[in-house]
Amino acid sequence: MEQLMADLKKQIIEALNLKHLKPENIGDDQPLFGDGLGLDSIDALELIVLLQQNYKVKIENPQDGPTIFHSVKSIAEYIRANQTA
Amino acid sequence: MDRTENFFPAFHQDSAKGKLHDVVNHECGRSTEIVADDLGIHHFISTINTACSSSVNAIALGSRLINHGMLDIVVAGGTDALSKFTLNGFNSLMILDKEPCRPFDATRKGLNLGEGAGFVVIVSERVLQQEKKKSLAMVAGYGNTNDAYHQTASSPEGRGSYAAMQKALAMSGLSVTDIDYINLHGTGTLNNDVSEGTAVKRFFGDQLPRMSSTKAFTGHTLGASGGIEAVFSVLAIMHQCVFPNLRFEATMPEVEIVPQQKFEQTTVNHVMSNSFGFGGNCSSIIFSKQ
Amino acid sequence: MATIFITGMGNISPQKTWGDAPLLSEVTEHNSERLACVEPDYTQWFDPRQLRRMSRVLKMGVAAGSIALKEANITVPDAIITGTGYGCLEDTGIFLTKMVENNEEALNPTPFIQSTHNTIGSLIALMLQCQGYNQTYTQGAFSFENSLLDALMMVKEEPALKVLVGGVDEITDLSHTIQKRFGIFRAQPESNLNLFTTGRGTVNGEGAAYFVLSGEKVNDNAVGVEAVATFYKADEQTLKQGLDDLLRDAKLQVSDIDFVLLGTSGNAGTDKTLLDYTLKMFPESSTGVFKHLSGEHPVASSFAFWLAARMIQEQTIPSAVMLHDTGRKPKNVLIFNQYFGTHHAFILLKSCRASG
Repeated sequence: MEQLMADLKKQIIEALNLKHLKPENIGDDQPLFGDGLGLDSIDALELIVLLQQNYKVKIENPQDGPTIFHSVKSIAEYIRANQTA
Repeated sequence: MDRTENFFPAFHQDSAKGKLHDVVNHECGRSTEIVADDLGIHHFISTINTACSSSVNAIALGSRLINHGMLDIVVAGGTDALSKFTLNGFNSLMILDKEPCRPFDATRKGLNLGEGAGFVVIVSERVLQQEKKKSLAMVAGYGNTNDAYHQTASSPEGRGSYAAMQKALAMSGLSVTDIDYINLHGTGTLNNDVSEGTAVKRFFGDQLPRMSSTKAFTGHTLGASGGIEAVFSVLAIMHQCVFPNLRFEATMPEVEIVPQQKFEQTTVNHVMSNSFGFGGNCSSIIFSKQ
Repeated sequence: MATIFITGMGNISPQKTWGDAPLLSEVTEHNSERLACVEPDYTQWFDPRQLRRMSRVLKMGVAAGSIALKEANITVPDAIITGTGYGCLEDTGIFLTKMVENNEEALNPTPFIQSTHNTIGSLIALMLQCQGYNQTYTQGAFSFENSLLDALMMVKEEPALKVLVGGVDEITDLSHTIQKRFGIFRAQPESNLNLFTTGRGTVNGEGAAYFVLSGEKVNDNAVGVEAVATFYKADEQTLKQGLDDLLRDAKLQVSDIDFVLLGTSGNAGTDKTLLDYTLKMFPESSTGVFKHLSGEHPVASSFAFWLAARMIQEQTIPSAVMLHDTGRKPKNVLIFNQYFGTHHAFILLKSCRASG
């Protein structure tokens, strides 16, 4: 789980071009949207693509985004729960 | 774009490949130039690209040029062809409904793409008198604003669309109760229909006119939609009728809008047509019976 | 008719046209058929979170708009009008490439969202929270002229309005490769400063120039915009008639035109035609050229508009621009542009200095 969260932080920075951030700047529980990291709904769509490309996890309903993408930890938990190895 | 994407796979493999014929008309303005070639127009030509509100803006521009006495006769409208580019694009935004779309319905899931072209001929008062002709309808007012809220989504309260309707109505000199029918933008996305519905309710208050989105018939024809819906609006005036909002069953929980559900003959003197595009572009136009 | 003034300008081009340097005091030489912009450091306008999604055309456009607004001393304009021939090519190219590479699966939405031509003007509106009129013209080499005409009509309708109007186009690797295959640029790389001496075809250019127009004069050294007119596949007779109409509306004679800024581009054939027309139409005027500085592109006339306005403000014509010098001071300046022989346009500017 720790490794997965570390990977995710790197991938999020890369995919969303957050060059001003380093992985250690993102807390496991820190909210990614709103006042947290300040991501928006376009980023949410980008994260859906990231999960599909890197983890083969599909999110069919974009309305589920806010819950799944609350924090790096919630994303990691969602991947664990839905990954079909 | 529908031709450019044919060119691209071969070009991507080898930059010396791909038929240049497929990209020679890539520029947006080329369709206008081809029309100008055909009609022998050597003076003013123009193309607007504000995404899905483009052709309403084109009709408004034509009317303004006539009002300023710069032109007498203008052909204005829009055209858009289905392409994999837009299909994949809207798919990546996750706002395509795989079922037939249901604008303003509680169960709507998104839009269907369509294609087509819709144009109108606009003439000055002088030309109309000279030709001793009666017009099909009159451009009574138009307004363009920017929602300035988000690159693709509309503000929840529809502040841009509200302001566009307000500008158009102010220019027409009419009051809200004069509008007999609204041809809604009504794409069928969760976001648009709530935003537009909220703005319409706020603007018209308790006196909601009959309204429908014709996109359940045509799909969202993107850049052409304003032109196609301008033609629907003029047809509504010519034939004194309103069009149904196909496949509507249940009102949205967020804002109660009950669109027109059947085709109906009724008095139609003034029609408002809304078109909103990416980048917060909001346009509204009013056609009136002469 | 009340005069319409330019109250602010911002220009990012293949020359260093931003900052405080005197007009074209140094000319940038490009030894290539692709003239890339001399770009400023964008972090002075945008924070990293805004910059992360912005392609070059967006950065150039928004920065040029910001410079113009600052010079005009306003924060939010009443309207934003943008002309762009090709729009956001980089994002269009990225999305097309990904469609092929990913076989139309799992595509990133951002390049699609930003591929639309009106992204530039919309982004300016979004950043400024400008809810006013927002328009984007995409009529090839008339895109800037169309925008300017719209702005002129707006200010005529309401002279108090402050309208931000500009032209933006970018070159990308993909677009340049494709355009080169059409054979429209010179085949051998050589200095842009030799553009007119060898006549071996034009060079590709790009740029972003925005202007604030208003009916209210804000300083004594203001430049007025008199008229704009475009002609598509027009013959000499049509152009001559168009010029006569334009001058009549401006209450000027041909002999009142002090300086004609020509859109010659390095194509021997179309350049000769334009020079022949100019010699016949404006026998008494000084003439100059600009496309060796800007390169050829759909909104190159927005660079010419900036250049003409600066020349009028400073009452000087840089040596890099001068073609035929009659010694006349630039008070009434006409831009006579052409694009591959099919698109011609006139833009008339004048000095509004109170001292005359």
